[in-house]
Amino acid sequence: MAEKYDLQEREVWDGNFAASQALRQAQVDVVAAYPITPSTPIVENYGNYVANGYIDGEFVMVESEHAAMSGCVGASAAGGRVSTATSSQGFALMAEVLYQASGMRLPIVLNVVNRALASPLNVRGDHADMYLGRDSGWIQLDAFNAQEAYDLALCAFRIGENHNVRLPVMVHQDGFITSHTAQNVYPLADEVAYNFVGDFQPVDDMLDFSRPVTYGAQTEEDWHFEHKARQHKALMDSRPIIDEVFADFEKVSGRKYNRVETYDMEDAEVAIVALGTTVETARVAAKELRAEEGIKAGVVAIRCFRPFPFDNVRDALENVKSVAVLDRSSPGGAMGAFFNEVSAALYTTANRPLVTNFIYGLGGRDFSIAEAKRIFKEQKAHADAGYITTDIQQFSGLRGPTLGFFQTKRG
Amino acid sequence: MQDLKLLANDNRGQRGLESGSSLEGWHEVTQGCILPSFEGDATGIALKKAEERTYSNHNSYTATVASWRVKKPVFNIDVCIDCQNCWVWCPDSSILSRDKQMLGIDYDHCKGCEVCVEVCPTNPKSLLMFSEYTPLDEALSQWPEKKKKEK
Repeated sequence: MAEKYDLQEREVWDGNFAASQALRQAQVDVVAAYPITPSTPIVENYGNYVANGYIDGEFVMVESEHAAMSGCVGASAAGGRVSTATSSQGFALMAEVLYQASGMRLPIVLNVVNRALASPLNVRGDHADMYLGRDSGWIQLDAFNAQEAYDLALCAFRIGENHNVRLPVMVHQDGFITSHTAQNVYPLADEVAYNFVGDFQPVDDMLDFSRPVTYGAQTEEDWHFEHKARQHKALMDSRPIIDEVFADFEKVSGRKYNRVETYDMEDAEVAIVALGTTVETARVAAKELRAEEGIKAGVVAIRCFRPFPFDNVRDALENVKSVAVLDRSSPGGAMGAFFNEVSAALYTTANRPLVTNFIYGLGGRDFSIAEAKRIFKEQKAHADAGYITTDIQQFSGLRGPTLGFFQTKRG
Repeated sequence: MQDLKLLANDNRGQRGLESGSSLEGWHEVTQGCILPSFEGDATGIALKKAEERTYSNHNSYTATVASWRVKKPVFNIDVCIDCQNCWVWCPDSSILSRDKQMLGIDYDHCKGCEVCVEVCPTNPKSLLMFSEYTPLDEALSQWPEKKKKEK
């Protein structure tokens, strides 16, 4: 077994360090990685742990992110516990192989530190890469701070490697805001963390010479549809297993996670739906608004972006009058991707709330409590009027003339 | 001589890849399209001869792609010098050879690419392309004579 690593009950870690500690505690066998800001320290730290004897694993140096994910696919098919990390352009370069990993049902864990996609070049955080991977058949979990980046990375191994799931899992965290901000993190003891994750039990591993298998078979129209249907079913069926893993994690850590995190939603009249670090900002704004102006504001955060918790989102929001969906990604000629998904969930409710789309924080632009309050107040105005009084899609925090599209049809 | 009895099992050559004969539903397909190559325990199977291996129905060895071929190579054992050049070059491992002795062609997997004919060094060549429907006797009876060296 590996060297013992000294851990305090409370550590000061940034999100990258937290994620790499989860890889150490899960004793990942293989990491194939190519460095990209801001996710570099995750795999760099893994390399250090291997070099210093804290992990009996292998760090594979490759020439690109495409090769990194390809190496992970090979190592996972061979029967190892495999993980890597990436961001932005690197994630985009992996895109082809992400589909190979999910199609072959390989439980790889990918730590994605979300960052804007060029051009123009930008290393700061937004969610463009997260949405790029949304149809790739991976389970996507979203951490809002360093503690959650650590916790969810541990849960990710447990979820993906479950024999009824057998799917790759991404753990997202916001570039720089989470990944480079040091915070208090309460880690589990090494034995507790490893026992929670458990030994890796591969299925159909290629290095089992008593049962050689073919990976990546060609199916054409005879079988492709059936395989994709089965993959979708596995993804949808992972929902109760994710809940189960979160419940088990609460037993060992005392921290409870849900696929949809609600804040002050019991009696909320207006709500913000968001992802990532923005959630904590919105929660503070909601709390202050309730105290200052008596606006019944709540926040709905999506912890598990894929499989999308359609029913939970619907249940959380169906009694709200007005909802703002915050997209931290360029909408690319449509309503925001996240807006479309939340709206689809709300369309099936009897009492359809008014829904508006805010594009904000692109390329690391700050999202402040004041801005969140302004959005809440605007939702309150819609709720009082009974219709959307402004543009349905707005750019929030943009310099220069305001930008908004689509007016409500009424009367 | 060219009736080769090197068949792995009775399925061999019976199932075309395009047949679509089975009618399974999505819930019956393998997870991740990961297919076993052999039936049962395959420990040490690399040391067994092809006809002794328990190829699974998913193995390409049990499927035929003969229909992809337009012309077929025919092998003439009387001219062959067992140099193994065709065996080395065949892109589909369709040259049947045992103990360094050429035995013939696996027509279930040969796609008629003509590489074996191209690399054959004998005079005349021991492998020649014929129409798919030419019977073996007829092909052998049309074999050319040895060419005289010029000068």
